[in-house]
Amino acid sequence: MSQKKKASSFSLRSLPYDARVAPYVFILPFILIFGIFFAYPIVNAFVMSFQELLPGQITFIGWDNYKQLASDTVFRKACTNSITYTFWTLLLLVPCPLIFATLLNQKALPFRNLYRSILFIPALTSVVVAGITFKLMLSEVDTSLFNSLMHLFGQPSIKWMKRADTGMMAMVMVACWRWTGVNIMYYMAGLQNISEEIYESVDIDGGNAWQKFRYITVPLLKPTTIYVLTISIYGSMAMFIESYMLYEGNKSIANNGLTIVGYLYRKGLQQNNLGYGAAVGVFLLLVVFIVNMAQLNLFGMFRKEEGSK
Amino acid sequence: MTKNHAVVMIAGSSRNRRRASITVSSLFFIGLSIIVLIPFICILVGSFQPGADIVTYGLRLTINPDRFTLDCYRNLFLGENHYFTWFKNSVLVTAIQTVCTLAITSFVAYGFSMYRFKGKNILFALVMFTMMIPFEIILLPLYQQMIQMRLINTYAGIILPFVANSLAIFFFRQYLSGISHDFVDAGRVDGCTEYGIWLRIMVPLMAPSYAAMGIFVGMNSWNNVLWPMIIINSQSKITLPVGLSSLITPYGNNYDLLIAGAVFSVLPIFVLYLFFQKYFISGLTAGGIKG
Repeated sequence: MSQKKKASSFSLRSLPYDARVAPYVFILPFILIFGIFFAYPIVNAFVMSFQELLPGQITFIGWDNYKQLASDTVFRKACTNSITYTFWTLLLLVPCPLIFATLLNQKALPFRNLYRSILFIPALTSVVVAGITFKLMLSEVDTSLFNSLMHLFGQPSIKWMKRADTGMMAMVMVACWRWTGVNIMYYMAGLQNISEEIYESVDIDGGNAWQKFRYITVPLLKPTTIYVLTISIYGSMAMFIESYMLYEGNKSIANNGLTIVGYLYRKGLQQNNLGYGAAVGVFLLLVVFIVNMAQLNLFGMFRKEEGSK
Repeated sequence: MTKNHAVVMIAGSSRNRRRASITVSSLFFIGLSIIVLIPFICILVGSFQPGADIVTYGLRLTINPDRFTLDCYRNLFLGENHYFTWFKNSVLVTAIQTVCTLAITSFVAYGFSMYRFKGKNILFALVMFTMMIPFEIILLPLYQQMIQMRLINTYAGIILPFVANSLAIFFFRQYLSGISHDFVDAGRVDGCTEYGIWLRIMVPLMAPSYAAMGIFVGMNSWNNVLWPMIIINSQSKITLPVGLSSLITPYGNNYDLLIAGAVFSVLPIFVLYLFFQKYFISGLTAGGIKG
Protein backbone atom coordinates (compact mmCIF):
# COMPACT_ATOMS: atom_id res chain seq x y z
CA MET A 1 0.00 0.00 0.00
CA SER A 2 2.62 2.45 1.06
CA GLN A 3 4.81 1.26 -1.75
CA LYS A 4 2.03 1.88 -4.22
CA LYS A 5 1.52 5.37 -2.89
CA LYS A 6 5.21 6.04 -3.15
CA ALA A 7 5.24 4.86 -6.74
CA SER A 8 2.32 7.06 -7.72
CA SER A 9 3.79 10.12 -6.00
CA PHE A 10 7.05 9.44 -7.76
CA SER A 11 5.39 9.31 -11.14
CA LEU A 12 3.44 12.45 -10.29
CA ARG A 13 6.63 14.25 -9.47
CA SER A 14 8.29 13.10 -12.67
CA LEU A 15 5.20 13.88 -14.71
CA PRO A 16 6.22 17.45 -15.61
CA TYR A 17 9.47 16.07 -17.04
CA ASP A 18 7.61 13.95 -19.55
CA ALA A 19 8.13 15.43 -23.01
CA ARG A 20 4.39 15.13 -23.71
CA VAL A 21 3.48 17.09 -20.58
CA ALA A 22 6.28 19.66 -20.68
CA PRO A 23 4.71 21.91 -23.33
CA TYR A 24 1.65 22.38 -21.14
CA VAL A 25 3.86 23.25 -18.19
CA PHE A 26 5.60 25.83 -20.34
CA ILE A 27 2.37 27.56 -21.31
CA LEU A 28 0.73 27.12 -17.92
CA PRO A 29 1.74 30.61 -16.67
CA PHE A 30 0.03 32.15 -19.67
CA ILE A 31 -3.12 30.09 -19.16
CA LEU A 32 -3.28 31.05 -15.48
CA ILE A 33 -2.68 34.77 -15.99
CA PHE A 34 -4.96 34.82 -19.01
CA GLY A 35 -7.73 33.08 -17.12
CA ILE A 36 -7.51 35.06 -13.90
CA PHE A 37 -6.61 38.51 -15.14
CA PHE A 38 -8.09 38.60 -18.63
CA ALA A 39 -10.83 36.08 -19.44
CA TYR A 40 -12.53 36.29 -16.05
CA PRO A 41 -12.63 40.12 -15.99
CA ILE A 42 -13.96 40.21 -19.57
CA VAL A 43 -16.80 37.87 -18.66
CA ASN A 44 -17.28 39.93 -15.53
CA ALA A 45 -17.49 43.12 -17.58
CA PHE A 46 -20.51 41.67 -19.38
CA VAL A 47 -22.07 40.48 -16.10
CA MET A 48 -21.46 43.81 -14.37
CA SER A 49 -23.00 45.74 -17.22
CA PHE A 50 -26.35 44.13 -16.33
CA GLN A 51 -26.04 44.99 -12.67
CA GLU A 52 -26.26 47.90 -10.32
CA LEU A 53 -23.32 47.62 -7.94
CA LEU A 54 -23.59 49.35 -4.60
CA PRO A 55 -21.30 48.50 -1.71
CA GLY A 56 -22.49 45.17 -0.34
CA GLN A 57 -25.51 45.08 -2.63
CA ILE A 58 -25.65 43.86 -6.20
CA THR A 59 -28.92 44.06 -8.12
CA PHE A 60 -29.59 42.56 -11.51
CA ILE A 61 -31.21 45.27 -13.59
CA GLY A 62 -31.27 43.72 -17.07
CA TRP A 63 -30.70 46.08 -19.98
CA ASP A 64 -31.23 49.25 -17.93
CA ASN A 65 -27.60 50.39 -18.12
CA TYR A 66 -27.62 50.01 -21.90
CA LYS A 67 -31.00 51.74 -22.25
CA GLN A 68 -29.67 54.64 -20.22
CA LEU A 69 -26.49 54.67 -22.29
CA ALA A 70 -28.48 54.93 -25.51
CA SER A 71 -30.06 58.22 -24.40
CA ASP A 72 -27.03 59.60 -22.54
CA THR A 73 -25.97 62.82 -24.29
CA VAL A 74 -22.65 63.01 -22.39
CA PHE A 75 -21.82 59.51 -23.56
CA ARG A 76 -22.69 60.50 -27.10
CA LYS A 77 -20.32 63.45 -26.76
CA ALA A 78 -17.57 61.11 -25.49
CA CYS A 79 -18.11 58.82 -28.48
CA THR A 80 -18.01 61.73 -30.91
CA ASN A 81 -14.77 62.93 -29.33
CA SER A 82 -13.13 59.51 -29.47
CA ILE A 83 -14.18 59.01 -33.08
CA THR A 84 -13.00 62.48 -34.11
CA TYR A 85 -9.70 61.85 -32.33
CA THR A 86 -9.32 58.46 -34.04
CA PHE A 87 -10.11 60.02 -37.41
CA TRP A 88 -7.40 62.67 -37.07
CA THR A 89 -4.76 60.36 -35.64
CA LEU A 90 -5.34 57.83 -38.42
CA LEU A 91 -5.23 60.56 -41.04
CA LEU A 92 -1.92 61.87 -39.69
CA LEU A 93 -0.21 58.84 -38.18
CA VAL A 94 -0.67 56.31 -40.98
CA PRO A 95 0.30 58.08 -44.25
CA CYS A 96 2.78 60.70 -42.95
CA PRO A 97 5.21 58.28 -41.29
CA LEU A 98 5.10 56.17 -44.47
CA ILE A 99 6.23 59.15 -46.53
CA PHE A 100 8.83 60.16 -43.93
CA ALA A 101 10.21 56.61 -43.82
CA THR A 102 10.48 56.49 -47.61
CA LEU A 103 12.39 59.76 -47.62
CA LEU A 104 14.64 58.60 -44.78
CA ASN A 105 15.37 55.44 -46.70
CA GLN A 106 17.31 57.34 -49.38
CA LYS A 107 20.81 55.96 -48.94
CA ALA A 108 22.36 59.23 -50.13
CA LEU A 109 20.63 61.37 -47.49
CA PRO A 110 23.28 62.68 -45.09
CA PHE A 111 22.59 62.31 -41.35
CA ARG A 112 19.61 60.03 -41.99
CA ASN A 113 20.36 58.00 -38.86
CA LEU A 114 20.53 61.16 -36.80
CA TYR A 115 17.09 62.31 -38.02
CA ARG A 116 15.72 58.86 -37.32
CA SER A 117 17.09 58.93 -33.76
CA ILE A 118 15.75 62.42 -33.09
CA LEU A 119 12.27 61.68 -34.44
CA PHE A 120 12.11 58.66 -32.15
CA ILE A 121 12.96 60.55 -28.94
CA PRO A 122 9.38 61.60 -28.03
CA ALA A 123 8.46 57.91 -27.76
CA LEU A 124 10.69 57.79 -24.68
CA THR A 125 8.53 60.20 -22.72
CA SER A 126 5.51 59.23 -20.72
CA VAL A 127 2.09 60.62 -21.56
CA VAL A 128 2.39 62.46 -18.25
CA VAL A 129 5.51 64.38 -19.25
CA ALA A 130 4.22 64.96 -22.78
CA GLY A 131 0.87 66.12 -21.41
CA ILE A 132 2.45 68.52 -18.91
CA THR A 133 4.70 70.01 -21.59
CA PHE A 134 1.99 70.49 -24.21
CA LYS A 135 -0.47 71.79 -21.66
CA LEU A 136 1.97 74.50 -20.61
CA MET A 137 3.07 75.32 -24.17
CA LEU A 138 -0.64 75.74 -24.95
CA SER A 139 -1.24 77.90 -21.90
CA GLU A 140 -3.74 80.68 -22.56
CA VAL A 141 -1.39 83.44 -21.37
CA ASP A 142 0.00 85.73 -24.09
CA THR A 143 3.60 84.59 -23.74
CA SER A 144 3.11 80.84 -24.10
CA LEU A 145 4.80 79.19 -27.10
CA PHE A 146 1.65 78.68 -29.15
CA ASN A 147 0.24 82.12 -28.42
CA SER A 148 3.51 83.79 -29.38
CA LEU A 149 3.30 81.80 -32.61
CA MET A 150 -0.18 83.23 -33.15
CA HIS A 151 1.14 86.74 -32.54
CA LEU A 152 3.88 86.08 -35.06
CA PHE A 153 1.15 85.64 -37.67
CA GLY A 154 -0.70 88.69 -36.39
CA GLN A 155 -3.43 86.65 -34.69
CA PRO A 156 -4.80 87.23 -31.19
CA SER A 157 -4.15 84.83 -28.30
CA ILE A 158 -6.32 81.73 -28.05
CA LYS A 159 -7.65 79.97 -24.97
CA TRP A 160 -6.45 76.66 -26.43
CA MET A 161 -7.80 74.23 -23.89
CA LYS A 162 -11.14 75.98 -23.49
CA ARG A 163 -12.23 75.63 -27.10
CA ALA A 164 -13.47 72.35 -28.53
CA ASP A 165 -11.51 72.49 -31.79
CA THR A 166 -8.16 73.59 -30.37
CA GLY A 167 -8.55 71.17 -27.45
CA MET A 168 -8.97 68.31 -29.91
CA MET A 169 -5.96 69.64 -31.82
CA ALA A 170 -3.92 69.52 -28.59
CA MET A 171 -4.77 65.86 -28.00
CA VAL A 172 -4.02 64.91 -31.61
CA MET A 173 -0.79 66.86 -31.43
CA VAL A 174 0.44 64.95 -28.37
CA ALA A 175 -0.35 61.66 -30.14
CA CYS A 176 1.44 62.73 -33.32
CA TRP A 177 4.45 63.99 -31.41
CA ARG A 178 4.84 60.73 -29.50
CA TRP A 179 3.99 58.24 -32.24
CA THR A 180 5.32 59.58 -35.55
CA GLY A 181 8.83 58.32 -34.79
CA VAL A 182 7.61 54.88 -33.74
CA ASN A 183 5.51 54.47 -36.88
CA ILE A 184 8.45 55.61 -39.01
CA MET A 185 10.43 52.74 -37.46
CA TYR A 186 7.72 50.24 -38.36
CA TYR A 187 7.76 51.39 -41.96
CA MET A 188 11.56 51.50 -42.13
CA ALA A 189 11.71 47.92 -40.88
CA GLY A 190 9.26 47.02 -43.65
CA LEU A 191 11.32 48.90 -46.24
CA GLN A 192 14.38 46.80 -45.38
CA ASN A 193 12.55 43.81 -46.85
CA ILE A 194 12.04 45.42 -50.26
CA SER A 195 15.01 44.64 -52.45
CA GLU A 196 16.89 47.40 -54.24
CA GLU A 197 16.56 45.50 -57.48
CA ILE A 198 12.85 46.17 -57.74
CA TYR A 199 13.48 49.90 -57.56
CA GLU A 200 16.34 49.60 -60.05
CA SER A 201 14.03 47.86 -62.50
CA VAL A 202 11.73 50.87 -62.31
CA ASP A 203 14.72 53.13 -62.99
CA ILE A 204 15.48 51.14 -66.11
CA ASP A 205 11.87 51.42 -67.23
CA GLY A 206 12.13 55.17 -66.77
CA GLY A 207 9.78 55.42 -63.80
CA ASN A 208 10.01 58.38 -61.45
CA ALA A 209 10.14 58.60 -57.66
CA TRP A 210 6.37 58.99 -57.33
CA GLN A 211 5.75 55.89 -59.43
CA LYS A 212 8.20 53.94 -57.29
CA PHE A 213 6.37 55.06 -54.18
CA ARG A 214 2.91 54.47 -55.58
CA TYR A 215 3.47 51.15 -57.35
CA ILE A 216 6.19 49.50 -55.27
CA THR A 217 6.57 50.99 -51.78
CA VAL A 218 2.90 51.36 -50.91
CA PRO A 219 1.72 47.91 -52.07
CA LEU A 220 4.73 46.08 -50.63
CA LEU A 221 4.36 47.82 -47.28
CA LYS A 222 0.70 46.87 -47.02
CA PRO A 223 1.22 44.39 -44.16
CA THR A 224 3.04 47.08 -42.16
CA THR A 225 0.32 49.61 -42.95
CA ILE A 226 -2.33 47.18 -41.75
CA TYR A 227 -0.43 46.64 -38.53
CA VAL A 228 0.00 50.38 -37.93
CA LEU A 229 -3.67 50.93 -38.74
CA THR A 230 -4.77 48.20 -36.32
CA ILE A 231 -2.74 49.46 -33.36
CA SER A 232 -3.72 53.05 -34.14
CA ILE A 233 -7.45 52.26 -34.13
CA TYR A 234 -7.07 50.31 -30.93
CA GLY A 235 -4.97 52.99 -29.22
CA SER A 236 -7.03 55.96 -30.38
CA MET A 237 -10.43 54.55 -29.48
CA ALA A 238 -9.11 53.74 -25.98
CA MET A 239 -7.29 57.06 -25.49
CA PHE A 240 -7.68 58.55 -22.04
CA ILE A 241 -4.51 59.64 -20.24
CA GLU A 242 -3.67 62.29 -22.87
CA SER A 243 -7.00 63.93 -22.16
CA TYR A 244 -6.63 63.34 -18.42
CA MET A 245 -3.32 65.22 -18.41
CA LEU A 246 -4.31 68.05 -20.74
CA TYR A 247 -7.57 68.69 -18.91
CA GLU A 248 -6.38 68.39 -15.32
CA GLY A 249 -7.94 65.10 -14.33
CA ASN A 250 -10.82 64.47 -16.71
CA LYS A 251 -12.47 67.85 -16.15
CA SER A 252 -13.00 69.66 -19.43
CA ILE A 253 -15.38 72.51 -20.22
CA ALA A 254 -18.55 71.12 -21.87
CA ASN A 255 -16.80 67.71 -21.88
CA ASN A 256 -14.74 68.82 -24.87
CA GLY A 257 -11.92 66.47 -23.95
CA LEU A 258 -14.01 63.59 -22.66
CA THR A 259 -13.27 60.26 -24.36
CA ILE A 260 -15.05 56.91 -24.10
CA VAL A 261 -12.52 55.57 -21.59
CA GLY A 262 -12.63 58.95 -19.83
CA TYR A 263 -16.36 58.44 -19.38
CA LEU A 264 -15.82 54.87 -18.19
CA TYR A 265 -13.34 56.19 -15.64
CA ARG A 266 -15.63 59.00 -14.55
CA LYS A 267 -18.71 56.81 -14.15
CA GLY A 268 -17.00 53.75 -12.76
CA LEU A 269 -14.35 55.18 -10.48
CA GLN A 270 -15.05 58.86 -9.90
CA GLN A 271 -18.82 58.41 -9.45
CA ASN A 272 -18.66 54.79 -8.26
CA ASN A 273 -21.27 53.58 -10.75
CA LEU A 274 -19.41 50.40 -11.70
CA GLY A 275 -22.25 48.74 -13.59
CA TYR A 276 -22.79 51.71 -15.86
CA GLY A 277 -19.05 52.07 -16.40
CA ALA A 278 -18.84 48.39 -17.30
CA ALA A 279 -21.55 48.92 -19.92
CA VAL A 280 -19.41 51.67 -21.45
CA GLY A 281 -16.51 49.19 -21.49
CA VAL A 282 -18.55 46.50 -23.23
CA PHE A 283 -19.65 49.04 -25.81
CA LEU A 284 -16.01 49.98 -26.44
CA LEU A 285 -15.04 46.32 -26.71
CA LEU A 286 -17.64 45.72 -29.39
CA VAL A 287 -16.73 48.87 -31.32
CA VAL A 288 -12.99 48.13 -31.33
CA PHE A 289 -13.62 44.51 -32.24
CA ILE A 290 -16.00 45.29 -35.09
CA VAL A 291 -13.90 48.12 -36.51
CA ASN A 292 -10.71 46.06 -36.47
CA MET A 293 -12.39 42.99 -37.93
CA ALA A 294 -13.94 45.07 -40.69
CA GLN A 295 -10.64 46.73 -41.39
CA LEU A 296 -8.70 43.47 -41.49
CA ASN A 297 -11.35 41.91 -43.69
CA LEU A 298 -11.34 44.89 -46.01
CA PHE A 299 -7.61 44.59 -46.54
CA GLY A 300 -7.81 40.84 -47.05
CA MET A 301 -5.65 40.05 -44.04
CA PHE A 302 -7.40 36.78 -43.28
CA ARG A 303 -7.31 35.55 -46.84
CA LYS A 304 -3.58 36.18 -46.99
CA GLU A 305 -2.94 34.29 -43.75
CA GLU A 306 -4.76 31.27 -45.16
CA GLY A 307 -2.86 31.44 -48.41
CA SER A 308 0.56 31.61 -46.78
CA LYS A 309 0.05 28.64 -44.51
CA MET B 1 26.74 58.39 -80.66
CA THR B 2 23.37 60.08 -80.28
CA LYS B 3 22.17 57.10 -78.29
CA ASN B 4 25.11 57.47 -75.89
CA HIS B 5 24.45 61.15 -75.66
CA ALA B 6 20.84 60.49 -74.72
CA VAL B 7 21.88 58.03 -72.00
CA VAL B 8 24.27 60.59 -70.52
CA MET B 9 21.54 63.21 -70.61
CA ILE B 10 19.07 60.96 -68.85
CA ALA B 11 21.68 60.00 -66.28
CA GLY B 12 22.59 63.65 -65.81
CA SER B 13 19.05 64.85 -65.35
CA SER B 14 18.23 62.01 -62.99
CA ARG B 15 21.36 62.83 -60.98
CA ASN B 16 20.24 66.43 -60.77
CA ARG B 17 16.80 65.36 -59.76
CA ARG B 18 18.28 63.08 -57.12
CA ARG B 19 20.45 65.87 -55.78
CA ALA B 20 17.43 68.17 -55.60
CA SER B 21 15.49 65.47 -53.77
CA ILE B 22 18.30 65.05 -51.23
CA THR B 23 18.44 68.81 -50.61
CA VAL B 24 14.69 69.10 -50.17
CA SER B 25 14.62 66.04 -47.90
CA SER B 26 17.49 67.41 -45.82
CA LEU B 27 15.74 70.72 -45.29
CA PHE B 28 12.52 68.91 -44.47
CA PHE B 29 14.08 66.65 -41.86
CA ILE B 30 16.09 69.46 -40.29
CA GLY B 31 12.81 71.35 -39.87
CA LEU B 32 10.96 68.31 -38.57
CA SER B 33 13.73 67.47 -36.10
CA ILE B 34 13.63 71.02 -34.73
CA ILE B 35 9.84 70.87 -34.34
CA VAL B 36 10.09 67.52 -32.56
CA LEU B 37 12.74 68.86 -30.18
CA ILE B 38 10.94 72.12 -29.34
CA PRO B 39 8.85 70.67 -26.48
CA PHE B 40 12.02 69.33 -24.86
CA ILE B 41 13.76 72.68 -25.22
CA CYS B 42 10.71 74.44 -23.78
CA ILE B 43 10.51 72.26 -20.70
CA LEU B 44 14.26 72.34 -20.14
CA VAL B 45 14.45 76.12 -20.50
CA GLY B 46 11.34 76.49 -18.35
CA SER B 47 12.87 74.49 -15.53
CA PHE B 48 15.45 77.24 -14.96
CA GLN B 49 12.92 79.85 -13.86
CA PRO B 50 10.86 80.12 -10.67
CA GLY B 51 7.90 77.73 -10.65
CA ALA B 52 5.46 80.63 -10.38
CA ASP B 53 6.71 82.05 -13.70
CA ILE B 54 5.58 78.91 -15.49
CA VAL B 55 2.00 79.75 -14.53
CA THR B 56 2.45 83.41 -15.42
CA TYR B 57 4.23 82.97 -18.74
CA GLY B 58 3.48 79.41 -19.87
CA LEU B 59 6.21 77.34 -21.48
CA ARG B 60 8.21 79.05 -24.21
CA LEU B 61 11.63 78.94 -25.82
CA THR B 62 13.09 81.84 -23.86
CA ILE B 63 13.06 82.96 -20.25
CA ASN B 64 13.70 86.30 -18.65
CA PRO B 65 17.48 86.20 -17.92
CA ASP B 66 16.95 88.19 -14.70
CA ARG B 67 14.72 85.41 -13.45
CA PHE B 68 17.19 82.63 -14.17
CA THR B 69 17.41 80.37 -11.14
CA LEU B 70 18.15 76.81 -10.10
CA ASP B 71 15.36 76.91 -7.53
CA CYS B 72 13.29 74.24 -9.27
CA TYR B 73 16.15 71.78 -9.02
CA ARG B 74 17.12 72.93 -5.52
CA ASN B 75 13.54 72.31 -4.47
CA LEU B 76 13.54 68.92 -6.20
CA PHE B 77 16.71 67.65 -4.55
CA LEU B 78 16.71 69.46 -1.22
CA GLY B 79 13.11 70.56 -0.63
CA GLU B 80 10.58 68.67 1.38
CA ASN B 81 8.76 66.52 -1.14
CA HIS B 82 7.91 62.94 -2.01
CA TYR B 83 9.61 62.97 -5.40
CA PHE B 84 12.40 60.55 -4.58
CA THR B 85 10.02 58.22 -2.78
CA TRP B 86 8.02 58.07 -6.02
CA PHE B 87 11.22 57.66 -7.99
CA LYS B 88 12.39 54.79 -5.80
CA ASN B 89 8.94 53.13 -6.03
CA SER B 90 9.00 53.41 -9.81
CA VAL B 91 12.47 51.89 -10.02
CA LEU B 92 11.31 49.02 -7.80
CA VAL B 93 8.10 48.35 -9.74
CA THR B 94 9.87 48.63 -13.10
CA ALA B 95 12.65 46.25 -12.04
CA ILE B 96 10.33 43.59 -10.63
CA GLN B 97 7.87 43.85 -13.49
CA THR B 98 10.59 43.62 -16.13
CA VAL B 99 12.34 40.61 -14.61
CA CYS B 100 9.10 38.69 -13.95
CA THR B 101 7.63 39.47 -17.36
CA LEU B 102 10.78 38.49 -19.25
CA ALA B 103 11.13 35.23 -17.33
CA ILE B 104 7.50 34.22 -17.74
CA THR B 105 6.95 35.31 -21.33
CA SER B 106 10.16 33.72 -22.63
CA PHE B 107 9.24 30.52 -20.77
CA VAL B 108 5.79 30.49 -22.36
CA ALA B 109 7.12 31.44 -25.79
CA TYR B 110 9.54 28.52 -25.64
CA GLY B 111 6.61 26.18 -25.10
CA PHE B 112 4.77 27.65 -28.08
CA SER B 113 7.76 27.58 -30.37
CA MET B 114 9.57 24.29 -29.69
CA TYR B 115 6.73 21.82 -29.20
CA ARG B 116 3.81 20.45 -31.12
CA PHE B 117 0.90 19.75 -28.85
CA LYS B 118 -2.85 19.51 -28.86
CA GLY B 119 -4.61 22.87 -28.61
CA LYS B 120 -1.50 24.85 -29.49
CA ASN B 121 -3.10 26.83 -32.30
CA ILE B 122 -6.15 27.74 -30.25
CA LEU B 123 -4.01 28.80 -27.32
CA PHE B 124 -1.76 30.89 -29.51
CA ALA B 125 -4.84 32.47 -31.07
CA LEU B 126 -5.76 33.50 -27.51
CA VAL B 127 -2.38 35.21 -27.16
CA MET B 128 -3.09 37.15 -30.37
CA PHE B 129 -6.61 37.90 -29.21
CA THR B 130 -5.44 39.57 -26.00
CA MET B 131 -3.28 41.86 -28.13
CA MET B 132 -6.39 43.12 -29.90
CA ILE B 133 -8.37 44.05 -26.79
CA PRO B 134 -7.61 47.39 -25.16
CA PHE B 135 -6.81 46.87 -21.50
CA GLU B 136 -9.13 49.75 -20.52
CA ILE B 137 -12.14 47.52 -21.24
CA ILE B 138 -11.41 45.29 -18.25
CA LEU B 139 -10.40 48.23 -16.06
CA LEU B 140 -13.48 48.16 -13.81
CA PRO B 141 -13.97 44.40 -13.40
CA LEU B 142 -10.24 43.97 -12.81
CA TYR B 143 -10.30 46.74 -10.22
CA GLN B 144 -13.17 44.99 -8.42
CA GLN B 145 -11.31 41.70 -8.61
CA MET B 146 -8.22 43.35 -7.12
CA ILE B 147 -10.28 44.49 -4.15
CA GLN B 148 -11.59 40.95 -3.66
CA MET B 149 -8.11 39.47 -4.01
CA ARG B 150 -6.73 42.03 -1.53
CA LEU B 151 -4.23 43.23 -4.10
CA ILE B 152 -5.30 46.86 -3.86
CA ASN B 153 -2.47 49.13 -2.79
CA THR B 154 0.16 46.47 -3.48
CA TYR B 155 2.82 46.31 -6.15
CA ALA B 156 1.72 42.76 -6.90
CA GLY B 157 -1.59 44.31 -7.94
CA ILE B 158 0.19 46.60 -10.42
CA ILE B 159 2.40 43.87 -11.82
CA LEU B 160 0.58 40.53 -11.79
CA PRO B 161 -2.09 41.17 -14.45
CA PHE B 162 0.63 42.05 -16.96
CA VAL B 163 3.34 39.43 -16.41
CA ALA B 164 2.09 37.29 -19.30
CA ASN B 165 2.38 40.21 -21.75
CA SER B 166 1.17 38.77 -25.03
CA LEU B 167 3.28 41.04 -27.20
CA ALA B 168 6.39 39.79 -25.42
CA ILE B 169 5.28 36.16 -25.88
CA PHE B 170 4.73 36.87 -29.56
CA PHE B 171 8.12 38.56 -29.91
CA PHE B 172 10.03 35.78 -28.15
CA ARG B 173 8.26 33.15 -30.20
CA GLN B 174 9.27 34.95 -33.39
CA TYR B 175 12.84 35.10 -32.16
CA LEU B 176 12.89 31.43 -31.16
CA SER B 177 11.57 30.36 -34.54
CA GLY B 178 14.94 31.43 -35.91
CA ILE B 179 16.82 29.13 -33.53
CA SER B 180 17.54 25.60 -34.67
CA HIS B 181 15.83 22.65 -32.96
CA ASP B 182 19.22 20.90 -33.01
CA PHE B 183 20.12 22.76 -29.82
CA VAL B 184 17.12 21.22 -28.11
CA ASP B 185 17.94 17.73 -29.38
CA ALA B 186 21.56 18.10 -28.32
CA GLY B 187 20.40 19.10 -24.86
CA ARG B 188 18.15 16.05 -24.65
CA VAL B 189 20.95 13.75 -25.70
CA ASP B 190 23.11 15.25 -22.97
CA GLY B 191 20.41 14.46 -20.44
CA CYS B 192 19.02 17.93 -19.79
CA THR B 193 15.42 18.10 -18.64
CA GLU B 194 13.02 20.10 -20.81
CA TYR B 195 13.32 23.02 -18.37
CA GLY B 196 17.08 22.68 -18.18
CA ILE B 197 17.19 23.09 -21.95
CA TRP B 198 15.22 26.31 -21.65
CA LEU B 199 17.31 27.69 -18.80
CA ARG B 200 20.79 26.55 -19.81
CA ILE B 201 20.62 26.56 -23.60
CA MET B 202 17.79 28.82 -24.75
CA VAL B 203 18.03 31.68 -22.26
CA PRO B 204 21.65 32.46 -23.23
CA LEU B 205 20.78 32.16 -26.92
CA MET B 206 17.93 34.64 -26.48
CA ALA B 207 20.10 37.38 -24.91
CA PRO B 208 19.61 39.96 -27.71
CA SER B 209 15.85 39.54 -27.60
CA TYR B 210 15.93 39.95 -23.82
CA ALA B 211 17.61 43.33 -24.28
CA ALA B 212 14.93 44.56 -26.69
CA MET B 213 12.03 43.15 -24.69
CA GLY B 214 13.55 44.37 -21.42
CA ILE B 215 13.42 47.88 -22.80
CA PHE B 216 9.89 47.41 -24.13
CA VAL B 217 8.53 46.07 -20.83
CA GLY B 218 10.64 48.40 -18.71
CA MET B 219 9.54 51.51 -20.60
CA ASN B 220 5.89 50.50 -20.42
CA SER B 221 6.22 49.94 -16.71
CA TRP B 222 8.20 53.13 -16.06
CA ASN B 223 5.68 55.25 -17.96
CA ASN B 224 2.50 53.45 -16.87
CA VAL B 225 -0.02 55.77 -15.24
CA LEU B 226 -3.60 54.60 -15.45
CA TRP B 227 -3.41 51.26 -13.67
CA PRO B 228 -1.00 52.28 -10.86
CA MET B 229 -3.13 55.39 -10.32
CA ILE B 230 -6.17 53.19 -9.70
CA ILE B 231 -4.48 50.44 -7.70
CA ILE B 232 -2.30 52.48 -5.34
CA ASN B 233 -3.98 54.79 -2.87
CA SER B 234 -1.31 55.61 -0.30
CA GLN B 235 1.07 58.54 -0.84
CA SER B 236 4.11 56.53 0.19
CA LYS B 237 3.52 53.86 -2.44
CA ILE B 238 2.63 55.79 -5.60
CA THR B 239 4.89 55.66 -8.63
CA LEU B 240 6.61 58.55 -10.37
CA PRO B 241 4.18 59.27 -13.26
CA VAL B 242 1.23 59.10 -10.87
CA GLY B 243 2.97 61.44 -8.44
CA LEU B 244 3.85 63.89 -11.21
CA SER B 245 0.33 63.91 -12.56
CA SER B 246 -0.98 64.68 -9.07
CA LEU B 247 1.08 67.89 -9.04
CA ILE B 248 -0.96 69.47 -11.82
CA THR B 249 -3.42 71.76 -10.10
CA PRO B 250 -5.14 74.87 -11.38
CA TYR B 251 -3.32 76.93 -8.73
CA GLY B 252 0.14 75.99 -9.95
CA ASN B 253 1.59 75.95 -6.45
CA ASN B 254 3.78 72.92 -7.15
CA TYR B 255 5.00 73.79 -10.61
CA ASP B 256 8.67 74.08 -9.64
CA LEU B 257 8.64 70.47 -8.47
CA LEU B 258 6.47 69.42 -11.40
CA ILE B 259 8.73 70.80 -14.09
CA ALA B 260 12.10 69.85 -12.60
CA GLY B 261 10.62 66.46 -11.73
CA ALA B 262 9.36 65.96 -15.28
CA VAL B 263 12.81 66.76 -16.69
CA PHE B 264 14.49 64.49 -14.17
CA SER B 265 12.12 61.60 -14.89
CA VAL B 266 13.03 61.59 -18.59
CA LEU B 267 16.76 62.02 -18.03
CA PRO B 268 17.69 58.43 -17.09
CA ILE B 269 15.83 57.14 -20.14
CA PHE B 270 17.62 59.60 -22.41
CA VAL B 271 21.00 58.50 -21.12
CA LEU B 272 20.10 54.84 -21.68
CA TYR B 273 18.79 55.71 -25.15
CA LEU B 274 22.13 57.29 -26.07
CA PHE B 275 23.93 54.04 -25.35
CA PHE B 276 21.38 51.39 -26.29
CA GLN B 277 19.53 53.05 -29.13
CA LYS B 278 19.36 49.89 -31.21
CA TYR B 279 17.62 47.96 -28.46
CA PHE B 280 15.24 50.81 -27.72
CA ILE B 281 14.13 50.93 -31.31
CA SER B 282 13.72 47.19 -31.73
CA GLY B 283 12.05 46.92 -28.34
CA LEU B 284 9.56 49.73 -28.76
CA THR B 285 8.63 48.65 -32.26
CA ALA B 286 8.47 44.99 -31.27
CA GLY B 287 5.00 44.25 -32.61
CA GLY B 288 5.90 45.12 -36.17
CA ILE B 289 8.73 42.63 -36.46
CA LYS B 290 6.67 40.20 -38.47
CA GLY B 291 6.12 42.98 -41.03
